[in-house]
Amino acid sequence: MSVSVLRWPGTEQVTALAEELDQRIAGGQRFAALLGRGNPATGTVLSALVAHDGGVTPLSAQLPAGVTHYPSLTPQLPAAFWYERLIHDLVGLVPDGHPRLDPLVLPHREGGELPHPGAAGRPARIEPDERALPVEVHGPGLFTIPHGPVRSGVFESVEYLVETPGEDIPHVRIRPHAKHRGLQKRFEGLDVDDGVLLAERVEGVASVAHALAFAHAVERRAPLPQAAGLVRALHAECERIANHLDVLGKLADAAGLAVAAARFGLHKERVLRLVGALCGSRFGRGVVVPGGVSGLPRLPADAVSNELDRLQRGIDGDVRALCDTPSFLDRVRTTGPLAPDLAAAHGALGPVGRGSGCADDARVTRPYDAYRWLAPPLVPVRRAGDAQARMQVRIAEIETSFHLAHHAVGDLADCDTDTLATELELSAGRSVGWAEAPQGEVVYLLEIGADGRICYCAPRSASLHNLVLFPATFVGDILTDFPFNEASFGLSIAGVVM
Amino acid sequence: MPWVLRGLRDGVVTTSYPRRADPYADGFPGTVKPLGHDPILDGRTVEDLCPTGAIRTDGGMLRVDSGRCILCGRCVVQRPDLFGWTPGSETARLTRDALVVPELPDTDDAVEQLRAELAARTRMLRRSVHVRHVDAGSDGSEEWEVLALLNPVYDVHRLGIFFTASPRHADVLLVTGAGSHGMTEPLRRTLEATPRPVVVIAAGVDAASGGLVAPGYAVAGGIATLLDVDVWVPGAPPSPFSLLHALLLATGRIQR
Repeated sequence: MSVSVLRWPGTEQVTALAEELDQRIAGGQRFAALLGRGNPATGTVLSALVAHDGGVTPLSAQLPAGVTHYPSLTPQLPAAFWYERLIHDLVGLVPDGHPRLDPLVLPHREGGELPHPGAAGRPARIEPDERALPVEVHGPGLFTIPHGPVRSGVFESVEYLVETPGEDIPHVRIRPHAKHRGLQKRFEGLDVDDGVLLAERVEGVASVAHALAFAHAVERRAPLPQAAGLVRALHAECERIANHLDVLGKLADAAGLAVAAARFGLHKERVLRLVGALCGSRFGRGVVVPGGVSGLPRLPADAVSNELDRLQRGIDGDVRALCDTPSFLDRVRTTGPLAPDLAAAHGALGPVGRGSGCADDARVTRPYDAYRWLAPPLVPVRRAGDAQARMQVRIAEIETSFHLAHHAVGDLADCDTDTLATELELSAGRSVGWAEAPQGEVVYLLEIGADGRICYCAPRSASLHNLVLFPATFVGDILTDFPFNEASFGLSIAGVVM
Repeated sequence: MPWVLRGLRDGVVTTSYPRRADPYADGFPGTVKPLGHDPILDGRTVEDLCPTGAIRTDGGMLRVDSGRCILCGRCVVQRPDLFGWTPGSETARLTRDALVVPELPDTDDAVEQLRAELAARTRMLRRSVHVRHVDAGSDGSEEWEVLALLNPVYDVHRLGIFFTASPRHADVLLVTGAGSHGMTEPLRRTLEATPRPVVVIAAGVDAASGGLVAPGYAVAGGIATLLDVDVWVPGAPPSPFSLLHALLLATGRIQR
């Protein structure tokens, strides 16, 4: 500690933060995020989020005005690798000793204007400066295939730099910055009712989960009407089913199984139509409001149950056929292996983590809303770590999601539905909210100002946390395996770069 | 073999649109429409109801700009006397102004002129259209709705509409997202690589106006500042039927 104080004056709290993180992780807790706020000219705050049974705890370290450098946490805590790059991009702090401080969401050169989330002021326009991006390829016969940001097919914009001697993929670099939308700064100054609408747009395919995590941060575990908890769970589970069907369809498509891809596309369309019939939006938008929900499902309970049954029957048959198609299984088996020890060290989330032995599911370990009293879902865990394991986890989750959705609909018919939202007493201060999205746990670190408006909001999607693991999964894979790796991760770039 | 039989399992699930009306398309809550004239709400103007500033009260006339409306429904819930949902998916328009309901004066003439000009431009590609999608900062949901056009329910291949991997083969650029600064250059180069004639579709409110994402330091507030837009599609995200309507409108295969 004395050495770092000498070399980095003013960073005592960062050293203390690193030590506390060390102890908590050694004690079995999981590092969930490292977020930054403020402007080095006026003072900054580093916040680490630590997930454990029953909650997510924020730990903070203040850096006084004028301090621009601090000792990097990444050498001791590799999972902080992308987070420190993100903080460097948005806040401008430099983590000394970081193994590779390339730009992640906002390429810039030293001295340029930065957004500084959580600090006063609002830059009008910041152009990404691509001259800050490194261009380098090492090794005899290696070349780089840049893939993106405009890719072949209907994809979100992202650039993969595939470094290859021809067929193997020794390394993939990910450049997601093209669609950075500056959402952290956009949250600032909104009231919480507008804030939840923006949260739905952080990662559009997981609108409900993001709205839930945001709302939970606002609510600070205030008790909600039972009906609100059930409506929330119903929509969250429908969203999970739709996302998992999307992944199955993309895997089938990658293997050239046109009929299978069409079948899963049809099922997914039916789920989106069911969600649309329940609330008016095919993505469940507008359902979650801080304090509860905006309305009851617009279909009678038995109509919802019947449609869920019909969907489940159709999906079951096609899933069984898919798992019985050897030409398909050959492509996913052993493809994209994520080693369980790496997954555990990084705290991999969602089906990516659960396919490699990490069982954490916020619905079970940190239950919220109706998950507090509905029978806890069985958390499927596989240890193989390949694309097939991730697919098997999703298939099992589809089943539990139907189960939970049925329960929610049934309980909703029996409970008091007069009140759907509680009046919240908003008070200034910082809070954390979480929810289990189809991609894994979403966490929001939120601070409400004295005027009741948002003064800082940092969403952390599972996509952001997991995508950094993607390049580690190409061991033994070749170029034609790429679509299987990508589809089996099932992440959204919008949620990565925000 | 089992997959062949599975493919036949549900019979024909494909819509007959545009040959025949589709009940799902016609019932879809596609836009919000003003119903009344009263612009005063307890001392606050009704304009403040809208998180994206889509409500305008010019001269006592209440208007909703579908190009800004994110369909959150807050105005419909709080003032059901003034605002209501309009069902229907044929929401794409040929000018930005035509997205305003009720219509602004002179919109009709402008649209007619554009329609004629677009028809002349796209006469060659009516029965075979190749679409290149570009994400310029979407939230990800737009891509799902674009991809849905390929599922058996919409199956745009039956209409001679195909998605192409290369802009070199494209007739239509379907652009989603608010126009992030990082996509300005890739978008420009994609347009440059596309042969003429080309039709540009702004898909969704983010592409039309920036939606809730704008204003901000990282987005342009809609793609119109980056390239010339021919067809505008409201919706957050636009439903697959609205996107299909836009594609048919873009190629002159449907008149409105």
